[in-house]
Amino acid sequence: MSDWERSSTVRVVPPAHPRRLAKVPFVELADGRLQGVVSSGSDIERVYVSSVSAGSFTFACSTNNNRPCGGARGYFCNHIRALIGEAVLQYGAERVTRYLRVDLADHGEPSVLSLHAAMSAARPAQGDRSAAAPVFSRFLRHLAYLELAPTTAPLPEMQWFPPTRAVA
Amino acid sequence: MRTDLLADGIDGLDEALAAVDAFDQVLTGGLLRPQPAQAAGLTGLAAAVAGTPLAARVAEAAEKAAAGTAGDDHFVALAAARTALLGSVHDALTARAEEATGRPGGEWTAPEPGGQQPVNVLAAARSWLSDLARCGWRGIDHDVVSGAAQVVSAMLPDPALRRQAALLDGFAAELAASCPGAALERVPARRWADLWSRAMLLTLPGAAAAPPAGEATGRLLPLGVDLQEHATAVQAQVHAVFEPADGATALLVRASVSAPKPDTVVGAGLWQLLRPHMSLLAAAGEGRSMDLVGMPLTAEGDLLWSDAHARQGEPADAFSTARVALPTATGPATAPLDRHPARIAVPVFLEGYTAQQDGERLTFTLAGQQLAVDTDRIPAAGPLTPEAVAASVACIGLLRWDAGSFGVQPLAVETTVRKRPVAVQAGAWAGGTADKAAAKAEKAATDAAAVLRERAGRLLRK
Ligand SMILES: [Zn+2]
Repeated sequence: MSDWERSSTVRVVPPAHPRRLAKVPFVELADGRLQGVVSSGSDIERVYVSSVSAGSFTFACSTNNNRPCGGARGYFCNHIRALIGEAVLQYGAERVTRYLRVDLADHGEPSVLSLHAAMSAARPAQGDRSAAAPVFSRFLRHLAYLELAPTTAPLPEMQWFPPTRAVA
Repeated sequence: MRTDLLADGIDGLDEALAAVDAFDQVLTGGLLRPQPAQAAGLTGLAAAVAGTPLAARVAEAAEKAAAGTAGDDHFVALAAARTALLGSVHDALTARAEEATGRPGGEWTAPEPGGQQPVNVLAAARSWLSDLARCGWRGIDHDVVSGAAQVVSAMLPDPALRRQAALLDGFAAELAASCPGAALERVPARRWADLWSRAMLLTLPGAAAAPPAGEATGRLLPLGVDLQEHATAVQAQVHAVFEPADGATALLVRASVSAPKPDTVVGAGLWQLLRPHMSLLAAAGEGRSMDLVGMPLTAEGDLLWSDAHARQGEPADAFSTARVALPTATGPATAPLDRHPARIAVPVFLEGYTAQQDGERLTFTLAGQQLAVDTDRIPAAGPLTPEAVAASVACIGLLRWDAGSFGVQPLAVETTVRKRPVAVQAGAWAGGTADKAAAKAEKAATDAAAVLRERAGRLLRK
């Protein structure tokens, strides 16, 4: 076994890189998808729930009130473009590429542009709106973390989670 | 410090760790359809605790697990055996660290049991962890990993379950990012088995309780701040010397503050989240002491901080504390279940070393002995940098042990600028700062938090 395998405190997941949240308050690589929430530019009450599946790149975009996105008709809408861009900022292009299983053979180094080009070139299908509800509820769960009270009782298990200067 | 002692071998250490490693391979493969090598790993674990009160239960659990028929209680017994083995490793390493620092540890006195914890959600956690053990790290997929989400959601609002929640949440996120397990190039076998075993034991009612064992009244002299974080939790721990007002022996203590957080709150945002809840962070950052009156203190040397029991004290330079007060302070005891090498974080003061940079690796050479310096643990939102550590002449750090060797995590260093010593604290920005370099990061973090709070206010209560 290597030192890495025998270490209690190896950093398996690098911390998220800081990014502005105004346009895309939530993005994650979870449930086999790149998914997230994009704030509407015109209506402060409205958000778009967007996702792209790993492997197939099947995509979906609709509002939190389950109305279809006008821009996602057969190809990636601006919300999905924004989602890819922010995911690359938060997680790094390599991790997004790996998670979505994108083959960049003809498209160069991992980047927002190459990811977008490679996935679009695969002519992905448009999924139904069923993904939106669970993604939106994950976003609400994410926001709810802000409402949880801090504590001064020690959490000894946090010793297993040291910070790292390496960023995604 | 006698660094030479840190490099010496420890009797029985390799044998104990070999049994741990063999069991960790069992968890890597999973216990759905155990192979002969896995049966051997299980038998080895049982044999390693054969002389202890756990013997009979672990032997039975190993047999059931090798047959692929282990239930939740059997997995708990296996986790207990692994924890006991690493507990003995912890004790040997701690004894060695005490010899090297010349500082004795405290005696453990069991506190009165704490309050009740809800049993149902703990049982649900146990059942998820048992599923993980059956799948093995190589067998994890999104379906099995997502089973943690409901458990964590149920635990998070209850402060009494924060320990379990923070652990399960961080562990599950890491597993989710590593799915599918079959495609992993390599498995962090020790780490995941650690997290699994701890989580398993913390599902036992009362295992996580750390009630106050007394009260602290006297002067608190901060040494430095240690930060810990995963995607959805952060904790800052201030290490300090406590001088009781009654003139009793000074104690090494910790004060902690932690909070759950969205994963996009990082860097300076972590300090912003914690800062309002512990005035000690600012005191540690600015080099001030604090006066405590009746602050609850656990048997493990953890102050259960409340600003109501503390007021601002005189200026107290951390390096003066490290030179004068630290050598005569007594170390804390460790609770039986918390005994694990990863828990070792012994405050030390080092000077008269030669710093040597070899690529990414930094070492301090002290009396001919090399000590690895973990500069990666220095929080990004602070003025201390790996370069400053490499150029330092004195260092306050935490002595730790991982992957077979001791190393030091810098909390603060002294460098020489125009022949004068200048101190730099890793946690200098914890309580806020006027530093220009920090201002931009503080602003970005404030903006990010404001967006999330605005979105929460608008969308959460619909
Ligand atoms: Zn859209």
